[in-house]
Amino acid sequence: MNRTIQRPTGRSGKQRKRGILSYKTQKKLVPLLYVAPAAFLFALLMLFPMLTVLRYSLMDSAIMSKTPVFVGIKNYLTLFADPVFWQSVVQTLYFTVMSVIFHLLIGLAFALLLNTNLVHPVVRSLLRVLFILPWLFTAVIIAIIWRLLLDPNGVINSILMTLHIVDFKVEWFSSTRTALHALTFANIWAGYPLYMVSLLAGLQGIPKDLYEAAGIDGAGAFQKFRYITIPQLTPIIISIALLDFIWTMQVFPLVWMTTGGGPIYATEVLSTYTYKLAFSSYQFSQASASAIFILLMSMSVTYFYIKHQRAR
Amino acid sequence: MAKRSLSKTALPTILTYLGLLVGLVFAGFPILWMFFTSLKSNTEIFALPPRLLPKRTTLEAYTAIFNDPEKVRFFINSYLVAGVVTLITLLIAILTAYGFSRYTFRGKNTLNIFIISTQTVPPITLLIPYFGMVVWFGIFNTYFALILTYMVFTLPYAILLMTGYLNTLPRELDEAVLVDGGSSWTALWRVVVPLSVPGIVATAVYTFLLAWNEFLFALTLTKSMNMRTVPIGIEMLMGQHAFEWNQMMAMSVLGSLPLLVLYLLAQRYFLAGMTAGSVKS
Repeated sequence: MNRTIQRPTGRSGKQRKRGILSYKTQKKLVPLLYVAPAAFLFALLMLFPMLTVLRYSLMDSAIMSKTPVFVGIKNYLTLFADPVFWQSVVQTLYFTVMSVIFHLLIGLAFALLLNTNLVHPVVRSLLRVLFILPWLFTAVIIAIIWRLLLDPNGVINSILMTLHIVDFKVEWFSSTRTALHALTFANIWAGYPLYMVSLLAGLQGIPKDLYEAAGIDGAGAFQKFRYITIPQLTPIIISIALLDFIWTMQVFPLVWMTTGGGPIYATEVLSTYTYKLAFSSYQFSQASASAIFILLMSMSVTYFYIKHQRAR
Repeated sequence: MAKRSLSKTALPTILTYLGLLVGLVFAGFPILWMFFTSLKSNTEIFALPPRLLPKRTTLEAYTAIFNDPEKVRFFINSYLVAGVVTLITLLIAILTAYGFSRYTFRGKNTLNIFIISTQTVPPITLLIPYFGMVVWFGIFNTYFALILTYMVFTLPYAILLMTGYLNTLPRELDEAVLVDGGSSWTALWRVVVPLSVPGIVATAVYTFLLAWNEFLFALTLTKSMNMRTVPIGIEMLMGQHAFEWNQMMAMSVLGSLPLLVLYLLAQRYFLAGMTAGSVKS
């Protein structure tokens, strides 16, 4: 996004002095008026809520009580003493790391396959459209598609049993052993297209003469991939992987609609854990502490993301 | 590469097609299964052995949805909320992007970083204060609650996309208007906006998609059935009629339809939107 951080030279157009304000004041005021609505909305929808949630997290029974009391970091201590919280942290990280790795691998594989000259151009452009489709579906719809497919009586069990890979009806989403993996798999299916599209654009942006020069020097296909393709794609990979990491960490609807965090706490992630604290047990203060924790996790990754974006 | 003999490219070609076929099954099978399930009667859905194509194709799931005012309402709500959010977002984004692209001013950098980092703020962190805020404003369980809160995640993208687009338009265009005695406001609406149609289309499609897909805020900030959007509607139906899979799938098909149509119509612009922020063009 560094395109927005450009430094425009001052406008050379001449404006005549109008009204009571001097030309200089007017000139200073104009850009502020253009950005004012957005600045107002960000103050209302970001700055104010962030301060509010921070305040809630330091108080006793926020929202529920008319006169909440300041209790310092007590809510955080209660939160950190809860083993389910730490279980959610670990599961969130597992879900996120696995998703990011496989999104990248599948996205890169598809991008490379679609970028070769070996395939007919019509097939290529058709498949490019089809391969993006999973990305268009709402998380809720992805959730119920996979609930249908992975139903104990569903088609995937049926195929696996015919192939003798499993010998009983696996309860993918309701067994503590498989639920988190099934969930991660559904998320992997839904999330690779962003990588595919970005990497495909990146591949097409690599100058052809780099490959030609390497070819003259006697580099094979693998060496070209290792020493040209990968280094050229690295900045894109880092950007998307960081963004994906942040977004995947915040996952809610997919988990909510497949397992709801269960069975027991087997698929509890930070956002479902926080949601239940707030809107099932009405522990808004403790939920706020947890929400601040997620925010700090996101922000620490965001820091690297912004740094990376500005360096590019 | 072009000068290789046939036998030398034959194997890589076959392997590439094989890889693409595997990819096609991976990406397409779940979607096809959803689509054909919506055309089956409910008794056929878990029939053994499983068949992709229905034995008897029926539209009963779709007619059931269209004849149920409660379910039709989910769609009306979603179109309404996503439509209004898209319009307001576009308007504010165009103004902000114009300010960003054409001027320097104090606080510009701060505001810019603020906008970029807003993209990564967890919705669950905002949800708790939003809940208090929406109740306080007296807009709980109304369209306003959704339209207002959706702006927080649609605006950052829209602003960044539009700023990127406006930066590609030469500054001389608006200067011509200013020299002729027009204001920057005239330049924006008479010259810049008409030239930005591709950027606006991309932004609109992307904004609509984000708003259409939203789940968490809609789940928490509305309460009655007549205020629910499609994703929440599906969630509610899932709880109530967990066994009417054909209807669930028909809802999913109908719920994905606007996005599919928009995507196919605006594919080229849309892809630019999808990769914005990750790829430098």
